[in-house]
Amino acid sequence: MNTLTHARPGPARRVADDSAARAYWNPYLAGVFLGLVLLATYLVAGRGLGATAGFAGVATWIAGIVTPDRVQASAVHAKYWNEGAPLINWTLFLLVGALIGAALSGWQGRRFRFTIERGPRVTDGERLALAFGGGFIAACGAKLAKGCTSGQALTGSSILNVGSLVFLLAVFVAGFGLAYFVRKEWL
Amino acid sequence: MIFPLSASMEFSHGAELAIALALGIGFGFALERAGFGSARKLTAVFYAYDMAVVKVMFSAVVTTMAGLFLLSTLGLLDLGELYVEPTNLVAQGVGGLLFGAGFLIGGYCPGTSMAAMATGRKDGALFALGMLAGVYAYAEFTPQVDAWYKATALGELTLLSITGIGMGWWTLVFIAVLLGAGWGMTRLERRFSGLRPKA
Repeated sequence: MNTLTHARPGPARRVADDSAARAYWNPYLAGVFLGLVLLATYLVAGRGLGATAGFAGVATWIAGIVTPDRVQASAVHAKYWNEGAPLINWTLFLLVGALIGAALSGWQGRRFRFTIERGPRVTDGERLALAFGGGFIAACGAKLAKGCTSGQALTGSSILNVGSLVFLLAVFVAGFGLAYFVRKEWL
Repeated sequence: MIFPLSASMEFSHGAELAIALALGIGFGFALERAGFGSARKLTAVFYAYDMAVVKVMFSAVVTTMAGLFLLSTLGLLDLGELYVEPTNLVAQGVGGLLFGAGFLIGGYCPGTSMAAMATGRKDGALFALGMLAGVYAYAEFTPQVDAWYKATALGELTLLSITGIGMGWWTLVFIAVLLGAGWGMTRLERRFSGLRPKA
């Protein structure tokens, strides 16, 4: 069990001017804490964590403003319409909470930086475009699979959902399979 | 059975949303503490010099699984009341591949992009915008995929139901795999430590 309590030495290094930032938690400890949050979610709500459905609520809210006459014609928008109040969405409140929780943690750990995370061989502009494109692709994957890292990989795997375990494997297959081709973005 | 509370008691609408907000704060706090507000820390897993993503996810899953097992064994939790997303192997396989590609290219996943935004990462905000555009496009152009998903889904499928082996045994199996993987990941990180960015 030694590996579980062994703290990694030194502060985590991300950007050059990061010396004042406090170190992250030991990953196993952070995982146990995240697991307890997920467990609490199950015990209280009868379901686990999610994230993508919150984005879907916002998308439906925008559609209701841009194309109000046909927002309910889409079966997907209709699902998130919530009788005209698509922002009253359980997962969206969870996401707003996540923003607050992460801000608290980052502030306490002195990790707040107005910065762009990238490797040294891409420009800021390229990285921002890739971030947008990656978000778009991830959204398509999450919608098709009915869940993302939160809703499928974490939530589903903990109750041994077969589809969730397949999703989790597929995510890592794609990530490791493509890593060589996008190494310029990160290394 | 006391748990899940959603089955044993009636929450008002406002209470439900307040609970979501409170759980979200814990969720975001955990993600940021783990270092998941940083795209480089997240994508490092695919270059094997920092396996934190797997370590955090795996130990979270094992913790939840053990908790669910213990509480249901003690008679405090009705596992049957927990929501299980129906399995659709094609959807989860292809969706997972797409999601993995988006994760690597974009640098985040939906939840961690919140942690990134909250700590000032502009690329995190762009990822979240891309996510929003993606779910919007999905709803506008492919609403029939939902009907296909339902028609071809296999239903609620868990390793418990297909193997008949109980949750306690599976929890032990996952703990054993985590211990083995932890040892293996430490070796991997050492081997690929040359890829770690210099401070």
